[in-house]
Amino acid sequence: MAQFIALVQSNMALSIGMIIGLGALGACVGIGIMGSKFLESAARQPELIPQLQKFMFLLVGLIDASFLIGVGIAMFFAFANPLLSAIK
Amino acid sequence: MSSSNESITPSEYIEHHLQNLRISVGEGGFWQIDVDSLVMSIIVGVVGLGVFWLVARRVTAGVPGRLQGFVELVLEFVDNTVKDVFPGDRKFLSPLALTIFVLVFMMNLMDLIPLDFVAKATEAMGLPHWKAVPSTNLSVTFAMSFTVFILIIFFSFKSKGVGGFVHELFTAPFGSHPALWLLNLLINLIELISKPVSLGMRLFGNMYAGELIFMLLGLLGMLGGVFTAGSIILSWGWAVFHILIIVLQAFIFMVLSVVYIAMAQEHH
Repeated sequence: MAQFIALVQSNMALSIGMIIGLGALGACVGIGIMGSKFLESAARQPELIPQLQKFMFLLVGLIDASFLIGVGIAMFFAFANPLLSAIK
Repeated sequence: MSSSNESITPSEYIEHHLQNLRISVGEGGFWQIDVDSLVMSIIVGVVGLGVFWLVARRVTAGVPGRLQGFVELVLEFVDNTVKDVFPGDRKFLSPLALTIFVLVFMMNLMDLIPLDFVAKATEAMGLPHWKAVPSTNLSVTFAMSFTVFILIIFFSFKSKGVGGFVHELFTAPFGSHPALWLLNLLINLIELISKPVSLGMRLFGNMYAGELIFMLLGLLGMLGGVFTAGSIILSWGWAVFHILIIVLQAFIFMVLSVVYIAMAQEHH
């Protein structure tokens, strides 16, 4: 019984780390690419900076969405684990 | 947490703070109301939108006071955003966008109040497990995004007709050959269902993760010494970053709702 719980918890710890880590990886690379394009186009046409900035913030929020959904799910599993309560 | 000679484990502290005040008004899991989220969302809605309504009643055409100037600033910002996205008739869309923006922003603003201030104050009033931020409750965010979903379908019906809408479900985007009907339907259904789901989950995930990090930083502060100082500094830093996230998430919710409703009204 204790081995069951230990098994579930150890797999849970690994998967929570992977969810958060891989999500952060994807989000940061995406925002990095978008930010570099924004800086490039801002250098070419400085008069468009306010408009482009508005779209950039919108895209930051959209790209962060999947990552933060992943963090939310991972945190949910960290603290109120339904898989563990099913065993108990 | 009210008795001082029991010590709480860290996970108990967090689990205590993650629970809503839930009462049952019937049988089963569906008929459970999270009283704290309901009451807090009504309070922040009345306060936030009430300020706008009060200013609108006493609006003057001369030199405006500061409150009226601020309200006009927000109104113009929202209206310009809606105008950029939807060049058609926005008599309904602009007030909807303003309502969504103010409501979501006020709900998120509750997250900046330190967690234990609210918990201790409400426990003194006899209410355990009071979570002050309605948008950390999945039910609240999904309620708002499902309302937007109903509006999307309503506007689709209104501008294309029921028959036109169903026809478009089956024939866009690949073409009207009968062999493609199933593929079109699949793609359209996925696109349609992902809109409210992503709207609700994005707001929920951001606010839930933010609140959880506040809780974890509070936990770090209980270790004493340099950890308490570090926890205070990090909490301050995270709160400053969270101010940006709050406004951004409200803005994104508003813009995406307007974009979806605008997209529902265009013809293929």
